[in-house]
Amino acid sequence: MLQVQSKADLIHDVSQFLFREARYADDHRYEDWEALWADDGVYWIPANGDDIDPERQMSIIYDNRSRIGLRVKQLLTGKRHTQEPQSRLRRIVGDIEVVKEDDRELHVACNTMIFESALRGDIIWASRNEFVLRRDGDDFRIARKKVSLVNNHKAIFTLSFLV
Amino acid sequence: MNMLARSPEWGDLIRRDRVRGGLYRDPAIFQIELERIWYRTWVYVGHESEISKPHDFVRKSIGLQPILMTRGQDGRIHLLLNRCTHRGNQLCAKEHGNAVNFTCPFHAWNFASDGRLVGYAFPDGYQGLNREAHGLGRVPRVASYKGFIFGSFAADGPSLEEHLGGAAETLDRLAMTSPEGEIEITAGFLKHRVRANWKFILENETDGYHPAFVHSSIFAVADSGIGNLYGAKSTALTRDYGNGHTELDLRPEFRKRDAPLSWFGTTIERLPDYAARMNSAYGEAKARQIMIDGTPHVMIFPNLFIAEIQMFVIEPLGVEDSVQHVTALQFKGAPDLNRRMRQQTMGSVGPAGLLLADDSEMYERTQRGVHASDTDWIYLGRGEHRERRDGDGFMVGHATDEVPSRGMWRHYRALMEQA
Repeated sequence: MLQVQSKADLIHDVSQFLFREARYADDHRYEDWEALWADDGVYWIPANGDDIDPERQMSIIYDNRSRIGLRVKQLLTGKRHTQEPQSRLRRIVGDIEVVKEDDRELHVACNTMIFESALRGDIIWASRNEFVLRRDGDDFRIARKKVSLVNNHKAIFTLSFLV
Repeated sequence: MNMLARSPEWGDLIRRDRVRGGLYRDPAIFQIELERIWYRTWVYVGHESEISKPHDFVRKSIGLQPILMTRGQDGRIHLLLNRCTHRGNQLCAKEHGNAVNFTCPFHAWNFASDGRLVGYAFPDGYQGLNREAHGLGRVPRVASYKGFIFGSFAADGPSLEEHLGGAAETLDRLAMTSPEGEIEITAGFLKHRVRANWKFILENETDGYHPAFVHSSIFAVADSGIGNLYGAKSTALTRDYGNGHTELDLRPEFRKRDAPLSWFGTTIERLPDYAARMNSAYGEAKARQIMIDGTPHVMIFPNLFIAEIQMFVIEPLGVEDSVQHVTALQFKGAPDLNRRMRQQTMGSVGPAGLLLADDSEMYERTQRGVHASDTDWIYLGRGEHRERRDGDGFMVGHATDEVPSRGMWRHYRALMEQA
């Protein structure tokens, strides 16, 4: 019984963390969002399939921790034209599963749908997201976030908000 | 309102220093462009390294037409129309691969990798079907330069070398960045769609006036050294090679720095293997000069843009709809350089690129802007008072001047006036 309860607690804790990450991104709380990352975090959005080798093939985003910081800093200048005015965003995060866990890290998968309203028009983005979350006391830090867009094999419009 | 008749008076739309906004948004103009530019002049299709082995194929396009770029059994390159000659079905749906034959899924007509009709189902139903007449349609002229494959739907016309003219030298320069003298396109393409006319993209590629403003956000936070190249005090040049080809020649700035690989924001110490291979390939003095000068920033009309570390291919989908295909340039025999090329390319370009997302925002805003009026001119007169001929007779101007736009439009008008 104890075992089952702790599993439910874990899913709850993970879900709360993912919802928070989603809300910071939707609300353009760039610094709060960046603070969720581990020091060695990797942020990856593959192109032309979900299982390419990002060390050999082009990805839409393949940021190490310092480039994540640069991306956020650029948004914070207020002169990142593609986000001035900022996209209006709301996303749903669902189908959350803890795939694997140990004392240090959790592998978590979920599906996400984002509605973006920007100057260009309104777009729906959909993706499978895979996280490696590192335990940090009662909280987590993102060690890895992979966003596999459903349409990553096609030509896509500018994707300049935090996905 | 459609202000333009089937045969407009081009001189009313395109002047030396200004063009009408309707040229970017009128569907009738786009139709004429397809006929007189995309289906007539030399258009870049793909690179030889994308189909390195016999029977390799990759799907490409010219204008709105779907092209299958293949390498036949004998190594020859073919630009085939991706359309079954029976009932017009899209023949190949795979993006790329290797196939001795293409079988149409509709009625099982079968074509060789060189486009020949090999067979078809239930042959009793035909009497004397002429197989030769039913091979895949093909782009009548195919030519390549430094591995860059171009196609022209015009059976006759200037050769590819004549079309490239002075701009061919920029591709020579590019190839010399490789210690083996060869470019490879192997990293896959990012495909970035914009709601904008293809010519806004084309013109922006060698516009040195915008970076200080459009890219101020990234220049403010990244120590890239790019910003200074496009300042008011820059010694870099804009150049019009004729035939619509234009360049931002950054060499004067890089030569002032006099530091090998400074053009790429790095040093010989950081890429020692590359520097050593360059020295043994070209000799130390020449290798040093190549590594100081860097790769070109050149727009080959109408759709191939070499942007120092990456290559863009511009694809028009409609009058207000385009795709930028972009990949990192890769140089044969330069793995350490190539890795950095890929990293920098992924950061700067594509749909989430720290640079290109802002360029693309401008394309889309300008597209919306030109809906505001039929009669307003777009003014392209910057730097007319200080443009001059260089030693080779090409028009050059300050890094921020609109020499390239004026050159592209002069060529565009000449093409559009040929009925």
